[in-house]
Amino acid sequence: MRITQGTFSFLPDLTDEQIGAQIAYSLDHGWAMSVEYTDDPHPRSSYWEMWGLPMFDLTVHDVELVMREVRACREAYPSHYIKVIAYDASYGRQTTALSFIVNQPPHEPGFRLDRTDAHDRVMRYRLYPYSADRPAGSRYLNGSGA
Amino acid sequence: MAISAPPQPKKDRWASGVTPYAEMGYFDADYVPKDSDILAAFRITPQPGVDAVEAAAAVAGESSTATWTVVWTDRLTAHERYQAKAYDVTAVPGREGEYIAKIAYDLDLFEEGSIANMTSSIIGNVFGFKALKALRLEDLRIPTQYVKTFQGPPHGIVMEREYLDKFGRPLLGATVKPKLGLSAKNYGRVVFEALRGGLDFTKDDENINSQPFMRWRDRYLYAIEGVNRASAASGEVKGHYMNVTAATMEDMYERAEFAKEIGSVIIMMDLTVGYTAMQSMSKWARRNGMILHLHRAGHGTYTRQKNHGVSFRVIAKWCRLLGVDHLHAGTVVGKLEGDPSMIEGYYDTLRLGHVPENLQNGIFFDQDWASLPAVMPVASGGIHAGQMHQLLRYLGEDVILQFGGGTIGHPMGIGAGATANRVAVEAMIQARNEGRDYFQEGPDILEKAAKGCPELNAALQVWKDVTFDFQSTDTPDYVVTPTLV
Repeated sequence: MRITQGTFSFLPDLTDEQIGAQIAYSLDHGWAMSVEYTDDPHPRSSYWEMWGLPMFDLTVHDVELVMREVRACREAYPSHYIKVIAYDASYGRQTTALSFIVNQPPHEPGFRLDRTDAHDRVMRYRLYPYSADRPAGSRYLNGSGA
Repeated sequence: MAISAPPQPKKDRWASGVTPYAEMGYFDADYVPKDSDILAAFRITPQPGVDAVEAAAAVAGESSTATWTVVWTDRLTAHERYQAKAYDVTAVPGREGEYIAKIAYDLDLFEEGSIANMTSSIIGNVFGFKALKALRLEDLRIPTQYVKTFQGPPHGIVMEREYLDKFGRPLLGATVKPKLGLSAKNYGRVVFEALRGGLDFTKDDENINSQPFMRWRDRYLYAIEGVNRASAASGEVKGHYMNVTAATMEDMYERAEFAKEIGSVIIMMDLTVGYTAMQSMSKWARRNGMILHLHRAGHGTYTRQKNHGVSFRVIAKWCRLLGVDHLHAGTVVGKLEGDPSMIEGYYDTLRLGHVPENLQNGIFFDQDWASLPAVMPVASGGIHAGQMHQLLRYLGEDVILQFGGGTIGHPMGIGAGATANRVAVEAMIQARNEGRDYFQEGPDILEKAAKGCPELNAALQVWKDVTFDFQSTDTPDYVVTPTLV
């Protein structure tokens, strides 16, 4: 299955040129850019690993600087999820403005949905990433997933 | 032009009997509103022969301290402070017999943090007043001092987006249809298919509460099964707005508690439950980490007519204060009433931190929200994927686009309808961010996206020519604008 987190997850994978265009749009708004990666794609996995600190004070001419980080992160973690995040620090927002995936593992095994009967027909659900059967760092090696 | 006061009083202010409201102090053209005053803009239509200033003073009087005759007990109070004051009465351009009366209310007139009290004061007693043919509350300025007695939305736009981990695009939803008659199991099927297809939310409709064909508890159980299945299939946080509207607060709390127990991220209620019930649910939602959606059921009975009732921008202000996370605020292009300028005014009211006066959008006063979180506006009713460029242009990015028929009526099925909407919104955001003139090129952008997406292609084929181009009823007076550009 394809995990559909991120702003453009229903579109075909973005080319580097298309990724650059989204970065240019973000920089044009004065947003800080960062790259994060993870092998724990649970929807409540809030803290992906940071690929360095966020890049502040870039201008619209610095798209290549950000792309360099994207490529370096891909090279280091080819089988991880990697996302590009644009952060809007302006008053009233102070939150993510745009966040999209730029790299996925070659094979995404998805999630198991565990059900446990509770009381009076109430069901307890647990979402369990198959990949989490293996320790962090070795979850998506060889494209095998779990 | 402003209208001046009528001739000076003939009768002593305090003599028993009837003294005109304007002479009792409810009109004061020289009054300079204090920063802490609540200001109201009323559209008044006096009966033939009734002076506009006296009519405005009567509204000020009856919405504050006055009754129809002089009472000596006023003299036991610092009455001048408690008297609301009409301070400006201006004829409406192009609308004979209608005036905008601005009225200032001292903050002392209102209980802290109570929309019920504020509405009882300002719209409680005046709308049936015989001397007026019609009366409409157009707008309010809520001072910071009063805003700060409310906590507003339980989460607000920023917290909701972080909670859902969804950024940079409108959220997508669908109301389950048919709104009445489905069994709980069939209902949950629609929830599952729509969410798995790509929507973020599905929704109970306003009138699906707990009827003989489907009781609330059964619906919640099947809906949450659909939500969890879709979440597992996508890796995304998904939700179904569980309508907790019920006959009593006890019933509403019971339903909300159950929604929480089974793990729902969101509940909803209808405007029909009333201000006190809504504010209670808001506090409950904040306490329990539950996103709170409000359906504006019934508002059209008093918001739509231009000369009588309460403008929706006032309802929007009350709802932001009492605290909801979502509020239906119009689509511009869909099947329900909505002039583009008026809707821009509602959306600004819900989303901005500071809303400047803008008569073209029906905003009569500057409104500062003093850091109160923003409400996510919801566009629902007769919209479809083929309008995506228009929706993005008119409504922006912080909005929930709800395609009920536009999802469930898709020829290839509910999931396909959802996918069509998701692909359309992502393609449009991508094109906008790439700097394209997405409004003009919208149809091309959609057609190109549809080449790789048969679901979107089918949606465009079925609905491409569907529009709802009717004249709006509630339009701005100050600039003539066409209903649709």
